[in-house]
Amino acid sequence: MKGMTVIVKTISSWVKVLIFLFGINIVLFGHLTPGGGFAGGVILASSYVLLMLAFGREFAEKNLSLTAASRLDCVGALMFAAVALVGLFYGAASFFWNFIHQQYLADKATEFKLVSAGIIPLCNIAIGLKVGASLFLVILLLSAYRINVSTNKKE
Amino acid sequence: MAVFYILLLFMLIAAIIAVETDDLLSSVICVGAIGVGGSIMFLFLRAPDIAITQIVVEVLGLIILIRATLARDLTFISGDREFFGLVVSIVIVFVIFLAGIKVLGNLSAFGTPVFSQIPDAASRTYLAEGLQKTGAANIVAAIILDYRGYDTLGEATVLFTSILGATVMLRSKCRKSLEDKLQ
Repeated sequence: MKGMTVIVKTISSWVKVLIFLFGINIVLFGHLTPGGGFAGGVILASSYVLLMLAFGREFAEKNLSLTAASRLDCVGALMFAAVALVGLFYGAASFFWNFIHQQYLADKATEFKLVSAGIIPLCNIAIGLKVGASLFLVILLLSAYRINVSTNKKE
Repeated sequence: MAVFYILLLFMLIAAIIAVETDDLLSSVICVGAIGVGGSIMFLFLRAPDIAITQIVVEVLGLIILIRATLARDLTFISGDREFFGLVVSIVIVFVIFLAGIKVLGNLSAFGTPVFSQIPDAASRTYLAEGLQKTGAANIVAAIILDYRGYDTLGEATVLFTSILGATVMLRSKCRKSLEDKLQ
C-alpha cells in the first residue's frame, strides 16, 4: 500500500489543509453557527483519512502516530470532564455549571461574539479533539487489521 | 411538502435496493444514498446541525465501507427463504404497521413542533431564556452542552468506551504488522 497516483497525491496535499481548517472553524464556531464538536471532530478525522487513502497508512501514521492519537483522545475526554468538574467546585454550584458565563460574561453584551457562552466553546473543543482522534485511531487500526488479514491469506 | 415525499420515495427505493441487491458494493452505495437523502431532509426541516453531522459521518462511513467491501472477496447472498420465516416476518410487519397507525395518528401535523401544543414545555424555556442564560447564539449548542450537559457526557463516555473496546480487540490482531513496521 504505497498510496495512489501522483494526481491524487498532489490534489489531496492541497485539499487536506482546507479540510483541516474547515474542521477547526466548525469546532470553534460551534456555539454561534450550526456544527459543533462532533461534526467538526469528524471533519478533522476525515482530513487524516484522506491523507491515509492518498499517501498510504505509513505516511499518515508518521503524521499522527497511534500513541499520539490515543493520548489526544484521552486529553479530550479528561478536558471535558474537567470543565464539568470545575463548575462543581466553583462557588456553591453544581456539576456542569456554566461558571465562566455566569460569573464574568453575564452582564456584558457578548452575544453573537466568538468569546461568549462560557464553557460551551471549551466543551466543543474537547469533544472535537476526542471525536477526531478516536475516529482516526479506529480507522487506522481497521486498515492495519485488513492488511494483516490479507498478508495472512497469502501465506 | 412535495420535496419530502420525493425524498422519502428516493430513500425507500434506495433502502429496498440495498436490501435486495446481490452485489455488496451497490448495497453499500445505496446505504450512502439513504444517508444523503436523510441529510437533505434535515436541511429542509431547518436542522442544519443534524444535517452537517449526518452528511459528514455518512461520507466517512461510506469510505470505510467501500474500502472494506473492495478489499474483501465480494460475497453474493443468495438462497431461498423458508416459508415459516416468511410468514413470521409478514405477521411482525403487519403488527408494527397497525401499531404505527395507532401511534402516528396521535402526533401533531407534520412541521408543527410538539411543544407548541403543551403550555409549559421545557423547550419554551430554552427558546425564551437560552441566549440570555448561556450566551450561546446557537441554541442547539446551548441545549446539548449546557442544559443537557449530562447527556453529552454520557454520549462521550459511550464513544470513549466503544473506541477503547475496538482498540483492545483490534490491537492484538494488528500488533504483528505494526511491529514489522517498527523494525
